[in-house]
Amino acid sequence: MSNLLQIKNIRKTFPGVVALDDVSLSIAPGEIHTLLGENGAGKSTLMNVLTGLYRPDRGDILFDGSPVQLSSPRDSLALGIGMVHQHFMLVPAHTVFENILLALEGVPNLYSRRKYKQRVQQVLDDFALDLDLDAPVWKLSIGAQQWIELIKLLVRDCRLLILDEPTAVLTPQESARLFQVLTKLRDQGKSILFISHKMREVMEISDRVTVLKKGCSLITLARGEYDENRLASLMIGEDQIPMWIKPACKYEELALEIKNLSARNDRGLADLDNFTMKLYRGQILGVAGVAGNGQKALAEVLTGLKEASSGRIFAEGKDITNSTAKNSYIAGIAHIPEDRKSIGIAPDMTVGDNLIMKNFASHAFRRWIFQDRAAIRKNATAKIVQFSIKAGPDDNPVRYLSGGNIQKVIIARELSEKPSVLVALYPTRGLDIGSAEYVHKVVIDGANQGMSTILISEDLDELLKLSDDIVVMFRGRLVGCVNPQTTTREEIGLLMSGEVQI
Amino acid sequence: MKLVTEKRPMTSRLFRFSAPIVSILVALFVAGFLLLAAGVNPAQAYLEMLQESLGSTYGLSETLVKTTPLIFASLGVSLAFRMQLWNIGAEGQIYMGACGATAVALFSGIESHFLMITAMFLAAFLFGGLWAGVAGVLRARWQVNEVIVTLLMNYIAILGVDYLIYGPWKDPKGFNFPLTAQFSEAARLTEFFDTRFHSGFFLALFCALIMYLFMERTVWGYEIKVIGNNPKAARYAGMRTGLAIFFVLFLSGAIAGIAGFSEVAGLQHRLQHGISPGYGYTAIIIAWLAKRSAIGVVIVSFLMGVLLVGGDSLQLSWQLPVAFVYAFQGLILFFLLASDFFVHNRLKLVRGEHHA
Repeated sequence: MSNLLQIKNIRKTFPGVVALDDVSLSIAPGEIHTLLGENGAGKSTLMNVLTGLYRPDRGDILFDGSPVQLSSPRDSLALGIGMVHQHFMLVPAHTVFENILLALEGVPNLYSRRKYKQRVQQVLDDFALDLDLDAPVWKLSIGAQQWIELIKLLVRDCRLLILDEPTAVLTPQESARLFQVLTKLRDQGKSILFISHKMREVMEISDRVTVLKKGCSLITLARGEYDENRLASLMIGEDQIPMWIKPACKYEELALEIKNLSARNDRGLADLDNFTMKLYRGQILGVAGVAGNGQKALAEVLTGLKEASSGRIFAEGKDITNSTAKNSYIAGIAHIPEDRKSIGIAPDMTVGDNLIMKNFASHAFRRWIFQDRAAIRKNATAKIVQFSIKAGPDDNPVRYLSGGNIQKVIIARELSEKPSVLVALYPTRGLDIGSAEYVHKVVIDGANQGMSTILISEDLDELLKLSDDIVVMFRGRLVGCVNPQTTTREEIGLLMSGEVQI
Repeated sequence: MKLVTEKRPMTSRLFRFSAPIVSILVALFVAGFLLLAAGVNPAQAYLEMLQESLGSTYGLSETLVKTTPLIFASLGVSLAFRMQLWNIGAEGQIYMGACGATAVALFSGIESHFLMITAMFLAAFLFGGLWAGVAGVLRARWQVNEVIVTLLMNYIAILGVDYLIYGPWKDPKGFNFPLTAQFSEAARLTEFFDTRFHSGFFLALFCALIMYLFMERTVWGYEIKVIGNNPKAARYAGMRTGLAIFFVLFLSGAIAGIAGFSEVAGLQHRLQHGISPGYGYTAIIIAWLAKRSAIGVVIVSFLMGVLLVGGDSLQLSWQLPVAFVYAFQGLILFFLLASDFFVHNRLKLVRGEHHA
């Protein structure tokens, strides 16, 4: 079979880093091809090469058998390569239709709204999608917004669709719907390059899987040649995936109690609605829910970044409802934020500087008004070893680190003060198996030492594996509490969609 | 074939340092054509510029006299820039600083030189600081854009000073000129070598050193860098960003205010109309060119001093219009800023078929 896209021996370096060493890959028409790899293996770099953002130092890209040069996203789009990014590129104040129109080329200045609307509606009908074209984008759920991104590529008639972890923001039911559509697209002859960390999905949907490791394409396996264990061991390069032993929670001492908490967002809508829960010492409490149902608000209220409009929070009996972030940190709540790059780090500063962001004023790191540079460097060296952070040279700004390593920097910082409560928001989102396992180990180690964790995640496997109990949030309310030992993914899925309550 | 720009993966140290020098040479070359068109031999003119600004005690002293207020104002501006606060109001803060120092000099009646100078310094610091502090409060409390506030307050400061020197503070013996009475000897900075060069210059260098230590070594400097780099992360780490905004804008204005003190106490010995010929605006460019580093500010300020004095000499000895001097300065800045772009990016010719 002739390939739609073939890349040969691609190499791309950044100062001091080889992001892609030697990557070859081919994608046939009508194929769903999955790209697997640890963070830092070069997946994002490869995506950026294919979408024309980066230019490779070496290697060839063949499209339809002829060599091409992709020097801007426009070049890629012209060839019919389109991508759904993890962070959506939508104009929130515009309607769905207007956003889709932006993706179309050659729309005349005076265009026939009816004609173009018909064209878009046609695509929607083809895939039996239910989307209100006149609704402003900000009103839509994250899942619906992702559909818009996908439809943008479909109306452009893209031949190769690249999807970067598309299921991260979907309920299991929505993911299933997405897979139906992707399968249908494949059957129509479109090619799909799919990036995911969730083994279950990879197994379900891929025709072929290419494993990327340390900037090299390790191997390409066709369906039937791989199973979960084989892929996981190829990715992390160990045959054994470590299993951590978790002690059962004793439910003796109360660490944190939330009573009738409500909070509003910027638009005055309820982010949290009469939310009540208890957290015991050493407990890992999983919080399930589709992103955008109040999880972020819960974390922000707990860590003092957002004010509750009513209700109370007690930490070990102390009322910390409306203290500033610093005071609540002192009260012992650590926070792994959702958006690590935008609020977790100061990107242009060094790893060492980022590691002391929460306790820079402590006497461990200063002498009188001056910073103790030696102590800061020593702390950095110790943390880099302890958390196996790949940090590069000493004065390397944190933004040069891969996502997994940035997450490790944040975790190292947050846990450095031995917190009694950890609020972790999607702590493994976008992380490779190795890094995610590491985060799990940290959480379980913490639980062993009496730290309580509120683990907010969209990865049901992760929640089922780690949690003592799982609560489900829907539109700011707690709609159910289930036992991970006895529940099913279907039950949690139904709770997440708000269709049932327990 | 088409021309595209792309980011340089890395820039060598040599290239980074040589780029500004090359760009100044290019600017001199281009300006040479302007000189030729005006019937002046460029080589001669440049030689004269250098001689006038650096080649004699008098010339060098004049250059340093111009450098002094530029250092103060640029330090102030670059401090605010470090926290992504765009203080465009150094000009007004210079005027307010000068106003505060003058009030002390004229009305305090202190006789000790040391006490008088200290009091004038503190007054200038406070006046400049509070002037910028207004923008700080508005920004920290109500998210009012500091660019607009600091810029518009320039006009209030300049016209306010005009009111004082045309009105209540006007020297009764000054033949109705818009200036205050001369300061007493106690209120004057020491001058050296029988020139206008005064101790304010050393104060400026000292200030730059303090600023360097403050930014690079202290806990506050660290906090300012974090907030400047990512305000959200700073808030998340529990830093009080609102307070920091006020504090930094206050300090930024206060340092610019010292420029006003140094001008009235060291140079003019009175408050008069047009005390700053736009030092506050030049400071914005200097802060930018110096990449907000204290040491860079000193170097670029000196360069700017050379340009100002050399430009004056062109006017005097070749009867070139003042517009030429501006054009000349503009060219140099233009090429310096352009070189900054080429340090980080490069042009590339792309050949062959393009699928765009």
